[in-house]
Amino acid sequence: MFVQTLLTGLAIGGIYALMAVGYSLVFSILNFSNFAYGSIIMLGAYISYFSMVKLGLPIGVAIVLSILGAALLCYLNERLAYSPLRKRRASSLFFMISAMGTAIFLENLVYAVVGAHFYAFPEVFTKSNLTYRGVSIGVLDVFAIAFSFTAIYALHFFLQKSRTGIAIRAASYDIQVCGLNGVNDKHLIGLVFCLAGGLAGISGTFLGMKYIVYPTMGWITNKAYIAAVIGGLGSLPGAVVGGILLGVTETFVSAYVSSVVRDVFSFSLLVLLLMVMPTGLFGRFLEEKV
Amino acid sequence: MWQYISGVISLGLIYVIATVGLAVFTGFTGLFSLGHAAFFAIGAYTAAILTYFYGYNFYLALALGAAAGGLVGFLIGYPTLKAKLRTDYFAIATLGFGEAIRVLLENLPITQGARGLPGIRAYTTLPVLVVCTGMVMMFAWNLIHSRHGRASIAIREDFVAAEMMGVNIFIGRLRSLVFSAACAGLAGGLFAHYYCFIQPSMFSSYMSTQMTAAVVAGGMGSISGPAIATLIFIGIPEALRVANIWRLVAYGLILVLIMIFRPQGLMGYKELNMDMIRGWGRRIRKAVGA
Repeated sequence: MFVQTLLTGLAIGGIYALMAVGYSLVFSILNFSNFAYGSIIMLGAYISYFSMVKLGLPIGVAIVLSILGAALLCYLNERLAYSPLRKRRASSLFFMISAMGTAIFLENLVYAVVGAHFYAFPEVFTKSNLTYRGVSIGVLDVFAIAFSFTAIYALHFFLQKSRTGIAIRAASYDIQVCGLNGVNDKHLIGLVFCLAGGLAGISGTFLGMKYIVYPTMGWITNKAYIAAVIGGLGSLPGAVVGGILLGVTETFVSAYVSSVVRDVFSFSLLVLLLMVMPTGLFGRFLEEKV
Repeated sequence: MWQYISGVISLGLIYVIATVGLAVFTGFTGLFSLGHAAFFAIGAYTAAILTYFYGYNFYLALALGAAAGGLVGFLIGYPTLKAKLRTDYFAIATLGFGEAIRVLLENLPITQGARGLPGIRAYTTLPVLVVCTGMVMMFAWNLIHSRHGRASIAIREDFVAAEMMGVNIFIGRLRSLVFSAACAGLAGGLFAHYYCFIQPSMFSSYMSTQMTAAVVAGGMGSISGPAIATLIFIGIPEALRVANIWRLVAYGLILVLIMIFRPQGLMGYKELNMDMIRGWGRRIRKAVGA
């Protein structure tokens, strides 16, 4: 029971970590909360659902399509909703409102156009379980763990080793100085949004498979923000740890206490942590920059 | 016909009370609350339970509902505002808070869960609403023109400079939050006794969204702007009878467009006054004459 709960928690935590990393990535560069990210994840789930069911594509192609589609959406979001503000050097408050507006717009556009139906993914590997010494785990969970950790590791590798990755890390310290040193910050920001969108596509697909695809999947994606705050906003290792921590503790609470208090619990965890460690576990930004 | 019009006006005024409260908080301290519907719900449930189960006097119940909203605002604001963290931390904490409150309301025995409370007495009448709105507007007006209000504006504009001048950021923000939560609680109590039925799903993020949209569209740093925007947001869809769902799509789009084209909102740091109306009159006369 314990090991099984832990594994299920890791599977959910891995998805949370993916979402939190995507959100934190944007935060670390542009210093604002991209609240539109949740709806990009939701749209990623829709893309892979429709490409599997309506177009009859295999799961691998669907994931790739969803990565590309979500990356494009995230990029367009930046071009249309944020870059006009960036040109005006608006404060991060305005970015946040614009992001909130985008989230409301996208979520309700899906409601209005696709409708409030609940879509369940065709069962690719949800039914079967792997059993080993009395511990059984869904194949989907295994895939979720493998995929999310691979994606996170790939991102880590990219940020550590590649030239562009170094530029992104530099920009997360100070984007203006980074620009002065010859980095094209416009392209860099576009690329960061594409990366974040790609992660949104993966996590959206797995969220959709694990739960159900519907317009207000948003509440689950809100967990990404909570995970990122637990780990410390703007810190990628923090986002990973926060996501896994949140996923595992939530699963334990639903397994041993009650699934009803799960969301209340994750909120209390957040507030308690903010009281004890105001910057989260790995936070860099204690106070707003001057 | 009059009944219909007075119904629309009543609903508009209930939201004006809540939005004016939010305007004092968001518009004057620059902090975002993404879970303001929770304070609304707390006020609604407190007042409704008091009159419904315990036979309290309506006005006493309203006051206690507002007090309960303010108290919860204090409890949530104390840990999250204490550390002077970035505004994003606060926004995400309120996001989780809103959802946690909704889960609690759905599972507590006294609130009768998702079934809601039917058969609350219809005490809220138009005169009561007009008096309440007037009182809240006057209180808000005096608050923002007091020492506290000037300090709040200083915090919003540049909190480092404000702190250097001896403004206590924590107290200033917390006081605004408690006031705004109490306004939301009052509006909730009026709402419960207007609709005669409340259930947890009424206080969804949709309500928080509408309030935030009204504050931003009406103009941050204005009291009359958000109030006018609320009346427009309630009135126009009622008048045009457009599908409810496209209203939310429009809210999202409005937020983004305002941020891009007119970040100061409808009134933008100004209040509706006679000079402004005379100015419009002059301009109209000029246009007609020319």
